[in-house]
Amino acid sequence: MDAADQARELKFRDPARARALAEALAREVAAAGRPVEVMHVCGTHEQAIARFGLRAAFPRDLHVIMGPGCPVCVTDTPEVDEAVALAAAGARVCTYGDMLRLPGASRSLGDVQGEGGKVEVVYSVTQAVEIARARPAEDVVFFASGFETTAVATAAAILGGVPPNFSVLSAHKYVPAAMEVVARLEDTKIEGYLAAGHAATITGWEIFVPFARATGSPVVVAGFEPLDVLAALLELVRLVREERPEVVNCYPRCVTREGNRPALEKLWKVFRVVDGDWRGIARVPSGNLELRPEWAAVDARRRFRIDTALVGGTAKNELADRCLCGLIMQARKDPSDCELFGKECRPEAPVGACMVSSEGACRIWHAYGGAPDLRGVGA
Amino acid sequence: MTSGSPGGAAVERIGLKHGAGGRAMRRLIEELFLPLGGPVDGVGLAAMDDGAALRVGDRWLVVTTDSHVVQPPFFPGGDIGRLSISGTVNDLAMMGCTEPLGLTCAVIVEEGFPRADLARIRDSMAAACAEAGVTVVTGDTKVMGKGELDGIALNTAGFGFTRRLVRDDGLRPGDRILVTGTVGDHGLAVLTRRRDLRIEGALSSDVAPLNGLVRAALDAGGDAVVAMKDPTRGGLASVLHEFAEKAKVGVLLDGPSVPVNAETAAAAEILGIDPLVVANEGKAVLGVRPEAADRVLAALRGHPLGRRAAVVGTAVAERPGDVILDTGLGRRLLAEVEGEPLPRIC
Repeated sequence: MDAADQARELKFRDPARARALAEALAREVAAAGRPVEVMHVCGTHEQAIARFGLRAAFPRDLHVIMGPGCPVCVTDTPEVDEAVALAAAGARVCTYGDMLRLPGASRSLGDVQGEGGKVEVVYSVTQAVEIARARPAEDVVFFASGFETTAVATAAAILGGVPPNFSVLSAHKYVPAAMEVVARLEDTKIEGYLAAGHAATITGWEIFVPFARATGSPVVVAGFEPLDVLAALLELVRLVREERPEVVNCYPRCVTREGNRPALEKLWKVFRVVDGDWRGIARVPSGNLELRPEWAAVDARRRFRIDTALVGGTAKNELADRCLCGLIMQARKDPSDCELFGKECRPEAPVGACMVSSEGACRIWHAYGGAPDLRGVGA
Repeated sequence: MTSGSPGGAAVERIGLKHGAGGRAMRRLIEELFLPLGGPVDGVGLAAMDDGAALRVGDRWLVVTTDSHVVQPPFFPGGDIGRLSISGTVNDLAMMGCTEPLGLTCAVIVEEGFPRADLARIRDSMAAACAEAGVTVVTGDTKVMGKGELDGIALNTAGFGFTRRLVRDDGLRPGDRILVTGTVGDHGLAVLTRRRDLRIEGALSSDVAPLNGLVRAALDAGGDAVVAMKDPTRGGLASVLHEFAEKAKVGVLLDGPSVPVNAETAAAAEILGIDPLVVANEGKAVLGVRPEAADRVLAALRGHPLGRRAAVVGTAVAERPGDVILDTGLGRRLLAEVEGEPLPRIC
C-alpha cells in the first residue's frame, strides 16, 4: 500500500463503516415512524455533508437542515459598510478572503479593492498584525469575522501585543446564542440539533445543557469527518425518538465538558457578548462579540468615526429585497426556492450572503448541485 | 466586476475569473472572440478545442498557441520555461498530433528581470524540447518597463501533422474515462509556494510533455480513443464537464479511483481546495470505448509518465452535461470551477 492509499484509508472516511452507520440511521428513523427534522448550525457540517455526498446516504425521512452556521453569511450589511467606509477613508483593511465578496449596501470590500482601495486578504490575524508592523505610517484595520473559534485567535493576538497603528473591527459572533434564536422561531419544527465540534472545542459541551432543557431538544456535538456526521446523526435521532433532551458529545477526541479553559480566558479577557443583528436572522441577544471597553485603543469602532452614510449605507437594493437568505438560514426555505438562485445570484456575483462564503448554504448547493437524487444514475 | 462610473452606468471590467479556465472564461471567449473565427475545413475557433486542425491533403495540420504567466516563475518540479513547452506540445498531442514539426516562442520580459533567471528558463525550455523531440523554429523578444508586467510572460505556438484527429466530443454511454496519473499536483505545488501561504512539503508540479505517453495510448487504442484533453486550468472537473456537455452524456466519476498523491491530498485538505478542480500540466484525460479500456490502460502504465494511470469513470445516458461524483460514501454533482481558486497558477 503506498502513501496515497494509506491517506485514503483514513478511518473517518471508511465507506464500509459509513454504510453500516447509514443503515443503522435508516433503522432508527424507521423506528420513529415519522419524518424527523434536525438542524446543524455549522457551515463546516454542511460542507462535509455536501462534499462527501452524504445526503444520498441519509434515509429519505430524515431532514437535515442547514441553520445559520456561517459567520460570513450572518455578518450584517452595516458591518460590511463600516469596513467599506474605513477602506474608503484610506485605512488598510485586512480580512479573510470570503469577506471580500460580502455585499454591503452599495459596495463590497472587493469592489473597493478593484477601485484601488487598500484591502488585503489575510489567512490569520497574525498576518494582519505583521502588515501593521511593516507599515507603521498606515492605519491597519483587521475586519475580524468568525465564531468563538477564530475570536480566540483575535484575542490572543491582541493580548500578545499589537503595534499602535493596528485595530480590530469585530464582526465576531457567538454560536450558542444563534441556536436560542432558531429554537424560538414561531414555526420551527426542529426536534434536535447538531452542535459544531470546533466551536465546542473552545466552549465545552456543558454550555448546551440549559438550552436542551429549556427547548426540550437534544443536542449532539459532532465532528466533521463523514463518519463523525453519520454517528452524531444516529445518536441525535435516537435521543429525539426517546424524547430525551440531553447533550451528548460525539466528538470526544477534541471536545471536553468544560472546553479549552486557557482559550476561554483569553476570549473573555478581550471580548464580551452584546446583542447584535445577524443578517437574515434577527436581532440575536448576546450574539455578537465586542471588544471590552479596556481595549478601546485597538477597537476600530471607538478609534475612528465611521460614517457609513458616505458609502451608500442607506441605499435600497431591489435584488437584495428578493433574496431569501434570511429564510434559508432559518431553515424555512431551500436555496432552490429562491428565484435569484443560480440566476442573478451566483458565486461570482452574489446577491445574498449565503452565496458568498464557501460555508454558505446557497454557495454549497450551487457548488455541489443542490440535493438531486443521484442514487440510481448509471445503475 | 461591475463598478459605478461618474455617469452612473456600470462599467464591465475583466476579472481574474475570466482567465481561470472555467465558465466565466468560456463565456468571455464566446461573447468576445468567437466572431474572429470563420468556416474552416476542419476544426476552427468555434469548436473551442485544444487547437485548430486544417485539412492538408489526406492529413491534418494541427496548430495551437498558449501564453504562460505564472507566479512564482520557478516552482517545485518546474518553471515557466518547462511549462511553456509542455503546454503547447500537450495541446497538440490532445488532438492526436504527437510528432510536432516545430514550436514558436515569444517572450516578454519586465525591465530589471535577472539575466541569469532568463538563461535558467531557456535551459529548462531546451530540456523539455529534448524530451518532446521538438525544437523552437522562430521567436520574438520584447522588454516592457518596470511595473508594466509581472516578471515574464511566454507565448508558444506549435504545429504538426496527424492522420487521425482526436476530438473532445466523442463519448457515448458506456465509454470509460481514464486519467494518466495523479491529479492536482501542479496547482497545489504552485499554490503552496506562493509567498502568502507558507505551507512546506514535498509537493512537486507534474509539468511534462506528454506526446510520448499519448502516442503509446493511441498506438494501443487506435480509433477506440474517442476523446482526449489535458486537465490544465479548472482541473479534471473542467475536462469532464466539457466531455459531458459536448457529447451530451453524463459522466459518473468514481472518486476513490482518482489517483491523488498523499502530499497533494494533504495540502488540498489544509487549504480547502478540491484536487479535482486545480491545474495539472503533465496529465491527460482519455475517453475510450469499453472494449479497449484495458489495452489503453496497460499501454499508459507501461510508459514512465503513466505508471499511475487509472480508469476513473464511465459515460452514462442519464443527466447529460452533468458530472456525478461517487465519493464512496455518497454521491453529488461535481461543479465546474467558477473562477480562480487562487490567482494565476499556470
